[in-house]
Amino acid sequence: MSSTHVSTKINGQAVEYVCPNDASLLEVLRDQLGMTGTKEGCGSGDCGACSVTVDGRLVCSCLVLGVEAQGRAVETIEGMANKNQLHKLQEKFLEKAALQCGICTPGVLIAARSLLEKNPDPTEQEVRYWIAGNLCRCTGYDKIVRAILESAKELREEAA
Amino acid sequence: MSEYQAREFKVLGQRLKRPDGFDKVTGRARYGADVEAAGMLHGRILRSPHAHARIVSIDTSAAEALNGVKAVITRADFPQAAKGYEDIQDNCMAGERALYDGHAVAAVAATSKRIAKQALKLIKVEYEVLPHVTGVEQAIAPGAPIVQPGKVSKRVPEGFSDNVVRYTSFGHGDVEAGFAKADAVIEREYRTEASHQGYIEPHACLATLDEDGRGDLWVCTQGHYFIRDMSCAVLGLESANLRVTASEIGGGFGGKTTVFVEPVALALAKKSGHAVKLVMTREEVLRATGPTVSTYMQVKLGLNKDGIITAAYARLFYQAGAYKQGTADFGAMPAFAPYELENVHTEGLDVITNRPRTASYRAPGAPTACYAAESAIDEACLELGLDPLEVRLKNAAKEGTKSSYGPTYQDHGLIQCLEAVKDTEHWNAPLAANQGRGLAAGFWFNFGGETSVSVFLNTDGSVTVTEANPDIGGSRASISMMVAEEFGINYEQVRTTVTDTGSMGQNEPTHGSRVTFAVGMAAIKASREIKADIQQRLAKMWDVSADQVIWQDGKAHCTDNSKGIEPMSLPEIGAIANNTGGPIGAHHGANMEGAGVAFGVHICDTEVDPETGFVSVKRYTAIQDAGKMIQPDYVEGQLQGGAVQGIGWALNEEYVYGDDGRLQNPGFLDYRIPVASDMPMIDTVIVEVPNPGHPFGVRGVGETPIVPPLAAVGNAVSRATNVRLRHLPMSPPRVLAAIQSA
Amino acid sequence: MAHIQIFGSLRDLFDGQAAIEMDVRNLRDLLTKLPQAYPDCAEEIEEGVSVSIDGKIINDDWFRPIHADSEVVVLPRIVGG
Ligand code: FES
Ligand code: FES
Repeated sequence: MSSTHVSTKINGQAVEYVCPNDASLLEVLRDQLGMTGTKEGCGSGDCGACSVTVDGRLVCSCLVLGVEAQGRAVETIEGMANKNQLHKLQEKFLEKAALQCGICTPGVLIAARSLLEKNPDPTEQEVRYWIAGNLCRCTGYDKIVRAILESAKELREEAA
Repeated sequence: MSEYQAREFKVLGQRLKRPDGFDKVTGRARYGADVEAAGMLHGRILRSPHAHARIVSIDTSAAEALNGVKAVITRADFPQAAKGYEDIQDNCMAGERALYDGHAVAAVAATSKRIAKQALKLIKVEYEVLPHVTGVEQAIAPGAPIVQPGKVSKRVPEGFSDNVVRYTSFGHGDVEAGFAKADAVIEREYRTEASHQGYIEPHACLATLDEDGRGDLWVCTQGHYFIRDMSCAVLGLESANLRVTASEIGGGFGGKTTVFVEPVALALAKKSGHAVKLVMTREEVLRATGPTVSTYMQVKLGLNKDGIITAAYARLFYQAGAYKQGTADFGAMPAFAPYELENVHTEGLDVITNRPRTASYRAPGAPTACYAAESAIDEACLELGLDPLEVRLKNAAKEGTKSSYGPTYQDHGLIQCLEAVKDTEHWNAPLAANQGRGLAAGFWFNFGGETSVSVFLNTDGSVTVTEANPDIGGSRASISMMVAEEFGINYEQVRTTVTDTGSMGQNEPTHGSRVTFAVGMAAIKASREIKADIQQRLAKMWDVSADQVIWQDGKAHCTDNSKGIEPMSLPEIGAIANNTGGPIGAHHGANMEGAGVAFGVHICDTEVDPETGFVSVKRYTAIQDAGKMIQPDYVEGQLQGGAVQGIGWALNEEYVYGDDGRLQNPGFLDYRIPVASDMPMIDTVIVEVPNPGHPFGVRGVGETPIVPPLAAVGNAVSRATNVRLRHLPMSPPRVLAAIQSA
Repeated sequence: MAHIQIFGSLRDLFDGQAAIEMDVRNLRDLLTKLPQAYPDCAEEIEEGVSVSIDGKIINDDWFRPIHADSEVVVLPRIVGG
């Protein structure tokens, strides 16, 4: 398998890597760049644990090739907090116990942020459908949905 | 002998943040697959494509010759397993026969994942395909292909194939006499399909093992001591030489209490001389780990007009996979556990088939049996025109009831849970067209077990708690809270960490709803030992007797007011520890018996689309006795998560086998667990009836929540459609077929 | 003399008796004397049992006392998920 040199931006920082042409972005992030915050639950696009954004679009990084990041901007969970200042969603997830084991959490947080960027005032149903691609086996989703709705509300209030 | 003492709580009951939370929301927490070692190889396992086959030969030479391959192993690389661990070893790596689709037959370690994958293709296995059986009813029929000859226990009744390997029965009274007294006797059959624990994190580990049998293992597991002891028994190692560290764990639910890939990674590490990382794919997880039993269950129930159950009988066939297990016991015992019965008899029969060896899943054995029992009760209520809640209340087990499995109950909260149903808005809300409401009760024993905990007072007065039970849902926070409560200090002053097998004595895994109960109790006892030590030290310092030093509000006080001694805080005591005898700390290692049973009652509303058979859950309430809540969010979370797992089992999740004996749906697309848009909010009501066996009254809460949902959903769907469904999961085709044939 | 209840199918191992009287002080005593008096149950005991003593499930605690008026029930070994 031949490899390709890729120049991209990850969490706002310029990054270069050489990856096999068939390597997924998930593989590159985890195995080559040591960014293990993005998780692998299935490798087939069914669980959402690997969620990242590419040029602002929410994707399963297991279904994107590493070479596709060329010239784009990738955002992962590692870039969500500003140093030790947690994003509102991260804070709410802690406060509302929206995680148990936490393996789905990075993916859910990335997905939720992407939702709130597009729709700052989602209904419960909109939240549930938006994160329907993010499997969580521990929580039954109740506290996750509540945390997202409450984050949205507080973010709106802060913006007002 | 009650451990419990009523008291006012300051820390318990607060919704505090967990110490591991920051790392988990920022991606810093390290799970099974998140570590590397210098010079590390990647392991991969070759699996049988046959449901049942004799392994005639394995030729690994071409794989070994591939550039980058550092080791190839087969069963020949394993020593004879220690007594009692033969099946565990055989399940990790097949011996003479592959017993199910997905059974490991060989493994490689190579310098990259790609090479390892390529190498698997070069291993030549010659199989002689044998007849197979995967269905429980097919497996018990005389003449069925026999999965493992010579496994039948003495007491198995006549008339079955030799796949029925174990038999147990429970009960008291005379069921025939009880049926004779009944106004209605219903006799029904129920079936459930196998589900998987479905944790989102696949099994993963990183192993090193040198020639002398000294090694290290990093692994995602519910119990690193179990992993250590099983790996040692399977590989002929000494426990002290294998240090196992538990990673953060991405869900387990019982499925991560045993070994699958760990001994394989260790054997590869030993043969290659390198560290080996082995991570399962999702397909491997579904084909070769977990799952639960599938069942065929017969129930007979007698009720009189007043709704008293005059007799209850159940016979449960539990399909347990390719190896002998005792799960049917844990169906036969809890089936009728919520009731005070004069005449009850349950029988459990364990059946082996060409399927993966089943692993525990949250209250293992109970959900299916309670599904059958609670469905039958609902059917009887409909037949006699009785209210399902009243019938349950009338028959409910109380303190002092002789349970259906033998022991007499101590105090528990079933009646309170049932009473709480009445008070919910949910139970009294109207239903729309095509909707039905189901009610079901459930039970789990709970469990304590061997536990080791150390507590230290630091010189600045903060408290370190070291324990060794992987934290799946916030137990570090709960344990810190209990220690803070015991010392009368703030939660923030206590930090609990989970350590490795080289640093702490034996611990049962995080299973059996035991951690908050057992580890919490050990931590409280260690804290009490520290307080006693401090009393001795201060008595010397203050020149009084030890019983004149008492604890109040986080400080040591002298009761002899004449001395005019100022109370001392933990920081003050910690600062002079070295002057008063040296470091202050205590270890408590004990067998934490005394876990209290846990009952729960669930209410479910479903709406069924008569055109498609699609079931949607409209409303759900889970009610449970938690003894005493430590952190309410985590108790609610256990109820919500368990309920949704049960809903998935009831509506969608199912292992589907083809005629070829191969699993048809080894992926999350086709093995469909509930997603957010499938579910409503899950309301919870927590009842607190203190467990007499715990100083703060704590009961385990983790397992019971998965017990009632199967029947609660089943009863709701049946009431919505006016057709009784007796086969789980109630997927749209099954529901539609039932509606159409009615 | 403690009153030991034998449950369901386990009875076959105890000459069909539903209960037996035995002079035992604690769990260890019980687990030692049962197979001596009823050799058929040795295999079962070795495979592992839980014993409910006065309503509490005890798995391994040998020195857990059994009193003359204790309720003792021998059960399959309790596990968890
Ligand atoms: S790992 Fe990408 S969706 Fe599951
Ligand atoms: S918290 Fe465990 S999978 Fe979501």
